[in-house]
Amino acid sequence: MDMKVAKKLGLKERYSLMTRDLAWDTTFQKMADVFPQTTYEGIKIHDWDKWEDPFRLTMDAYWKYQSEKERKLYAILDGFNQNNGHLSVTDARYINVLKLFLGSTPPLELMAARGFSMMGRQMNGAGPRVACQMQAVDEYRHFQTQIHSISNYNKYYNGMDEFAHQQSRMWYLSDGKSFFDDAITAGPFEFMVAIGFAFEYVLTNILFVPFISGAAYNGDMAAMTVGFSAQSDEARHMTLGLECIKFMLEQDPDNLPIVQRWIDKWTWRGTRKLASVGMMMDYMLPKRIMSFKEAWEMYVEDNGGALFKDLARYGITIPKCFAQTVEEKEHVSHQSWIGFYMKPGATPFHTWIPTPDEMDWLSEKYPNTFDRYYRPVLEYLDAQEKAGNRYNNKTQPMNCQVCVSTMKFNEPGDSMEMCFRESVYRGEKFHTCSDHCKEIFDNEPEKYVQTFISSHQALQGNCEPDGVDVDAPDYRPGARMLDYWRLDERATGDFNGSDDQKNFAVWREQATKN
Amino acid sequence: MTMLKTLAPYEFKSSDAVENYKGRQLLYVNWERHRMFSRPFVLALPPETPFSEIVDRHMSECFSYHPDWQQIDWNTVIWQNGDQPFSPDRDKSLKDNGIGHKDLIRFRTPGLDGIAGTGY
Repeated sequence: MDMKVAKKLGLKERYSLMTRDLAWDTTFQKMADVFPQTTYEGIKIHDWDKWEDPFRLTMDAYWKYQSEKERKLYAILDGFNQNNGHLSVTDARYINVLKLFLGSTPPLELMAARGFSMMGRQMNGAGPRVACQMQAVDEYRHFQTQIHSISNYNKYYNGMDEFAHQQSRMWYLSDGKSFFDDAITAGPFEFMVAIGFAFEYVLTNILFVPFISGAAYNGDMAAMTVGFSAQSDEARHMTLGLECIKFMLEQDPDNLPIVQRWIDKWTWRGTRKLASVGMMMDYMLPKRIMSFKEAWEMYVEDNGGALFKDLARYGITIPKCFAQTVEEKEHVSHQSWIGFYMKPGATPFHTWIPTPDEMDWLSEKYPNTFDRYYRPVLEYLDAQEKAGNRYNNKTQPMNCQVCVSTMKFNEPGDSMEMCFRESVYRGEKFHTCSDHCKEIFDNEPEKYVQTFISSHQALQGNCEPDGVDVDAPDYRPGARMLDYWRLDERATGDFNGSDDQKNFAVWREQATKN
Repeated sequence: MTMLKTLAPYEFKSSDAVENYKGRQLLYVNWERHRMFSRPFVLALPPETPFSEIVDRHMSECFSYHPDWQQIDWNTVIWQNGDQPFSPDRDKSLKDNGIGHKDLIRFRTPGLDGIAGTGY
């Protein structure tokens, strides 16, 4: 008798059995009570089965792929660390990119993991639920691998050990924290537009330029490999975000104005978040890849422009802020760097004035703005530093109520003027940095009146290390801010004269000479 | 009209309501066309603080790093509170000058436009 061999399941059948087939409609409780989050934002979904699963990835395949990637990644990290790979980077200034990245990015990956875990529970279609669960695991993996790749540097260089404590406290990390807090406290569909679409699809390539390519150009194999290991996940995330947008728009015409407002809002919030990424590219990488302006043109104007052309058939128009982002690409990286340079005592990474040949590079890349606005002040500050009068501003900043950036951007169309916008809500003034942030505030003031602004909280006496009596007669708010931040003083100040600079030179000498 | 949608009642206080500052109020100060200072600075002061203290102490401490600071002719300075023209009286308090919680004082120094006229 012939052996009966069960037919091997096709990809589609396997996918169906391991995702949609595992879902069921509740009967003891109404579906609307189990999944209240998918209706309250006003998005109308008529048929969850219309959700197309772009990857048809099942959990068993997912674990297999991811574990292979992890094995390769950790083999390279081990090799890099054992061979003192940190001494092969271009120069010690590069390590400050990692410090800024460590504080600002892995904690946000963790927030993304939390957000997608919530989406995995809140969405009532099995297709998106499974995709969101996988993305949650991806984000957690990115959070861990980024920290692991940088942890080796922590053995040798200052300013990396308190990033987790600093995340919700440091003034310059508030913009990213606010971005994710805003997204995660929105409903599931807005979260998907915020993170899945605006951030992952429209803007994530810009973030990866300094991290992956920047690491490669500057000899950091560890960070580069982490980036590559994350990139195939990112492709899946981008597809999920775009799929969600199309699904919402196809389900009901009433969804269009809501989705458009979210696209406008989150493209702008993402743009503001990327000002410091521009600064990494133009000022902090010793060996530059491309200018922030060039990256913006390639990834946002060209690629993003094509994407919005594609979405035009659903009635989506290009985000309102687009023209302003095009104007600002010539300015924001310079404005950000000056903003950080003036506060050498308030960050766990170093700042410096670019060398003369680096300034020439900036002139070439920014022919319309660098020599006209930024070179003279950088040269002035350089001369001051050399004369022993390094710029060190002791004041506390004014921040935007929505994006929590310091108020440092210029009025559109006039690079000499600062841009200020103001709203009054329940008798109180609220300041924003732009028309777009003002509109976000005015649409949902109840939400943004709660914004945590570090300088304001310090002035209220809420930013003190343990044991400080805020009611004592001689109490001065903010006097012990460094202790509150757990800021290692060795990590502060100008790069010139820093421990990192000296140690790197000594160790490289030992590694290459007799 | 708000576009906020929520699943439950949503009532939260402003994080920066004036009562959180124990008798003081927030004041922002910006020197126009001197963006070396990147952004305005913020202070928390009692409303009885004389305006002269803002200029002589706080503005001087912050802005005197700039070579234009010594060149200012205070008779020609143009003041604004937010986007409104404003003529502060040095000897009067913030309150008597009509300066409220979270007001933004902007001042222009005609003829002084930053390092090499760049606005910085």
